[in-house]
Amino acid sequence: MHELAVTKSILKLALDHAAQNGGTEILSIHLAIGEMRNLEEDWIQRYFDHISKGTIAEKAVIKVRKIPVVFLCKECGGQFTPNLKEDKKMLCTHCGSFEYDLVTGRELTVEQLEVK
Amino acid sequence: MDEIRLIDVRQSILAENENQAQVIRQSLGGKNVFMLNLMASPGAGKTSVIIQTIRRLKEKLRMAVIEGDVESIVDSEKIQAEGVPAVQIRTGRACHLDAPMVTAALDSLNLDELDLVFVENIGNLICPAEFDIGSDLQAMILSVPEGDDKILKYPLMFSVCDVLLVNKIDYLDGSDFNLELLRRRAHELNPRIRVFEVSCKTGSGFSEWCQWLEEKRGAKQ
Repeated sequence: MHELAVTKSILKLALDHAAQNGGTEILSIHLAIGEMRNLEEDWIQRYFDHISKGTIAEKAVIKVRKIPVVFLCKECGGQFTPNLKEDKKMLCTHCGSFEYDLVTGRELTVEQLEVK
Repeated sequence: MDEIRLIDVRQSILAENENQAQVIRQSLGGKNVFMLNLMASPGAGKTSVIIQTIRRLKEKLRMAVIEGDVESIVDSEKIQAEGVPAVQIRTGRACHLDAPMVTAALDSLNLDELDLVFVENIGNLICPAEFDIGSDLQAMILSVPEGDDKILKYPLMFSVCDVLLVNKIDYLDGSDFNLELLRRRAHELNPRIRVFEVSCKTGSGFSEWCQWLEEKRGAKQ
């Protein structure tokens, strides 16, 4: 349900940037969303269609680039992608260490707009 | 026909919320107030954990509670009965608290007279994990009847929390909840997470949790 709050922010960012760049119609909005985020793409488009009515973004298509979850091991410096939905040990796949940092997977960004 | 062109934006969708969360953190830091964001499913025991914690710490710390539960003042009445100020955020049907909502609630508290603020977030394990509210500590409660597999379903929540309170530990006898498996899964996903086993009913585990919380607050000063 928090897709609505997120979608309002997307619309605001898109309208601001289109206005700054003299755009008169927004055709598409390109997002980058990390796999760790709990967001449903279908809902974003549905909410967007509703709240963008009457704006220059009302026909915009939301395009999502999914960013995988990647951890960086502090021990060996290797990178790995765990399978969060399965009961697997969350260890570095290279050296078995517990010590790692999340590198990607929590992104929530408007990358580009396609405008006329 | 107008030319179609691409505009680079590259901005965080939640930038506004994140900036506001930073403002909150700075303002609380200046006043030496420690804020805890408490998240859990409905019925896991958020209000009860807050009340039990208040009872054990009220001689030492000045506390207040920001209640974010959905369209009800039941929880804030329970807190006020403990002699602690409570602010109710009426969120309607919102699924999470965000930094602007918490800012408004903090504005109605006298921060000069407080050491510790609890924020009882809205009961669910998905949405609150997405929004930084400017707290110093993120805590979640998982109660034994919910099962030990929740971590597999809500990895983001477990990964953003500093502490996990396993509540209703008195229900452990006779259940198939595997505490060791939960601890292992939690540490594998989030090596920094601190786990406490508590029971609001028997009071077990609360002295350890309260002592740790007090130390965390002390470390901020």
